[in-house]
Amino acid sequence: MNLVFVLLFALGLICGAVRGDVKAVGQGALDGAGQAVTLAIGLVGVMSLWLGLLKIAEKAGLVEKLARAARPVFRPLFRDVPDGHPAISAMLLNIAANMLGLGNAATPFGIKAMEELEKLNPNPGTATNAQVLFLAINTASLQLVPTTVIALRASAHSADAAEILLPTLAATACALTAAIVLAKLFERVWK
Amino acid sequence: MEVIRHLLESASAWVLAIILVGIPVYGYAKGVKVYEVFVEGAKEGFATAIRIIPFLVAILAAVGAFRGGGAMDLLARLLAPVTVPLGLPAEVLPMALVRPLSGSGALGLLGNIFATPGLGPDSYAGRLGSVLQGSTETTFYVLSVYCGAVGIVRYRHALVAGLCADGTGLIASIVVTRLIWG
Repeated sequence: MNLVFVLLFALGLICGAVRGDVKAVGQGALDGAGQAVTLAIGLVGVMSLWLGLLKIAEKAGLVEKLARAARPVFRPLFRDVPDGHPAISAMLLNIAANMLGLGNAATPFGIKAMEELEKLNPNPGTATNAQVLFLAINTASLQLVPTTVIALRASAHSADAAEILLPTLAATACALTAAIVLAKLFERVWK
Repeated sequence: MEVIRHLLESASAWVLAIILVGIPVYGYAKGVKVYEVFVEGAKEGFATAIRIIPFLVAILAAVGAFRGGGAMDLLARLLAPVTVPLGLPAEVLPMALVRPLSGSGALGLLGNIFATPGLGPDSYAGRLGSVLQGSTETTFYVLSVYCGAVGIVRYRHALVAGLCADGTGLIASIVVTRLIWG
């Protein structure tokens, strides 16, 4: 990540210099920094709402019930996570929210899942196998209906805005499979 | 296709409403002091969002500098001779490159493809871009938000796995689009 960070800046500057537009490099970085804060602050409301609801679900025993129900699916993937652990239900809720396109709810659940997984982490600050696998699953788009794309197509007067639905699902399935397989393969190499 | 879409969309609206209402009702029935517990949990929301800021600033500033300098266009021009024969047109290539870095950036480029005369949403480029946008994620954003929230700075193989998943999504999008619409 250190290398990626430096490379993004350095390549930006080199290209800016070659194109004779160095000003845009600095402006780009400043805009990005501003965007980051806007995005994070924008999360506060939904984050609080879902974390509050999750706390109720936890106290009502719903979280543990969910974790037990999800066990057959999660057990083979996340061997390091004990049965009935709250991380399982948070991951389940995150994945379900992603599939349904409830991006607002998916992020708080995902963060909660990472926090629960961090409690099992012997080396805080370094991602565990379970965390990497969970992240990899999240970097494949899980949304069943790409509503934003369909809406954009419709507004551009597509003859059939939703025709991309099944092809997108097929491509998503490939990306998801690759994410899981690669996370599992690399975890042996990348300590 | 329209029917499936409507069905799935109304299903997700229902699920959202049922969860929002269902959790407090279920908790109340189980004797949980729902209001007090809700407020207690919600308190963490602000702190979590604030904790993410430095991580997001780092990645979005770096991506901003990279894109601002025009590195994307340069990279696209270099790669185009290789990717065009493989079924990735020069119009979609920049979008494929931006996708892991910026979700809104990629969506903007997709909008450009739709608006370009001679291309549009029902062209090969328009369809490929649509499938690509829907089957890949903004990997850098996902990693910085989720790792930032728990203070993870060493991602190990997460970035490589995520980017390979994006790469697989891209290849799969091209294959599927070519198979269906040639």
